[in-house]
Amino acid sequence: MTDIAIVAYQQSDCVSDAGATNEVELIMPVLQRTFAQAGLTNAQDVDFVCSGSCDYQQGAAFAFVLGVDALGAVPPIKESHVEMDAAWALYESILKIRMGHAESALVYGFGKSSPGELPIVLSQQLDPYYLAPLWVDTISLAAMQARMMLDQGLITERDMAEVVARSRRNAKSNPHAQVNGDVSADDVLAEETYVSPLRRSDCCPVSDGACAIVIATVEKAKEWGKPYAVIKGMDHRIESHNMGMRDITDSQSTRLAAAAVGVNDGRVDVAELYAPFSHQELILSKALGLGEETSINPSGGVLAGNLLMASGLARVGEVFNRIVAGEAERGIAHATSGPCLQHNMITVVEKA
Amino acid sequence: MSEEQDMITDIEVPINLKYNFTAGAAATRFLTQVKKGVLTGQRCPECAQVYIPPRGSCPACGCATEEEVELADKATVQSFTIVSIPIPNNPIQPPYIIANLVADGANISFLHLISECVNEDVHIGQRVQAEWKPEEEWTHAMDNIRYFKPIDEPTVPVDMIGKLPVTGLEG
Repeated sequence: MTDIAIVAYQQSDCVSDAGATNEVELIMPVLQRTFAQAGLTNAQDVDFVCSGSCDYQQGAAFAFVLGVDALGAVPPIKESHVEMDAAWALYESILKIRMGHAESALVYGFGKSSPGELPIVLSQQLDPYYLAPLWVDTISLAAMQARMMLDQGLITERDMAEVVARSRRNAKSNPHAQVNGDVSADDVLAEETYVSPLRRSDCCPVSDGACAIVIATVEKAKEWGKPYAVIKGMDHRIESHNMGMRDITDSQSTRLAAAAVGVNDGRVDVAELYAPFSHQELILSKALGLGEETSINPSGGVLAGNLLMASGLARVGEVFNRIVAGEAERGIAHATSGPCLQHNMITVVEKA
Repeated sequence: MSEEQDMITDIEVPINLKYNFTAGAAATRFLTQVKKGVLTGQRCPECAQVYIPPRGSCPACGCATEEEVELADKATVQSFTIVSIPIPNNPIQPPYIIANLVADGANISFLHLISECVNEDVHIGQRVQAEWKPEEEWTHAMDNIRYFKPIDEPTVPVDMIGKLPVTGLEG
């Protein structure tokens, strides 16, 4: 199996409302910085381009096509798109390289979450049949999940509050974070509930922004002469659409994906987990078997800023940043999609 | 089951989602000018193509377009369709002509209507000019122009379409 090198990662700030800025205007500066980091001019210098975004966020059909305007796509490039988080665009790109159809790829994700009523937009997008007629939104579903965990004694509200406090504290060193600061678990517990048992700070903020990654074969990365980290493995599993058909207090799919990529075959220095709600970080840490030696969400995670459709890819980028900076030797990045951690992807990134 | 029930085979679930639409910085500048009765494009700093309506980037080069270019309201027909079938909720009654028009000074076409013409006489390379609504009705929309109508200028050769300066065919 060929290792894949990550050679560049850039992201925009997570902002609560990008205002009049459109998608191309969000993507372009991020791409320019990514190309500069990798020593490339534009998308002509890579063999494949893949993006992740969701038309439901913008409420417009084929909105993702406009993203291509930021690439420099003449003469025509090989390009693809996933209607989901760009972590899955990374997966597609890796398959492309492993099949021998490309030696390098640009992967980017972007989203403006602010224009619509996001919790209901998301649940309508991902479940057009089963629960949609009930108009249940993603926050309410997550609240049910947290309630089940509390009632079964799997976690306490203080455990959740401690996740929030650590996320805010970690986010202080993340220049792109949307929310950060010194908040104690007691401060969080003093907040009133929002959708019980969740408090507002148990829920990730709504954010606009973009991120991008350049990957290549290790040979190509060496040729480019840039610092790189390697992707050792990537696996994703999905569970049932139907909430009643799975145990939402656990994440079987995360556990299976983690086993498939050998998460526990070595020390995990850093784990960037895509947990949009505090209790979900607890589910994921347990499913991944993470111990004391692992720094969880040193960036603050998505509780500090959630670039929908880019957050999963950003987790990979955050791990890459730490490995290239010499702060970690081996890390894992997790991405999720669907309500209550329905679909999960695990990526293992190691020092070259 | 004790009672026999009719099988439910389908349900109706209307979905309405509300969004706050924003046009983007480039489109905002364009629409602001349209409200003043002016068509504005943006020029790519690398390939010099002028785009209308501009979206802030050159899709060919992938770079930001900052330079604004005021265009003529005269245009050339690049392609067209005579629509004969009514489209539900469309206020325009067929037959009508929808065309890709390239404004003088621009390199890329936009879609608009052609009217005040014999439909069968419309042809590629034909010269047309905007028929604006009265100024007091102008808003942030391209339908400030009711339609384009043919003008008495020679047909533009196909390889010249999209390459005319703002001054038009002779310029």
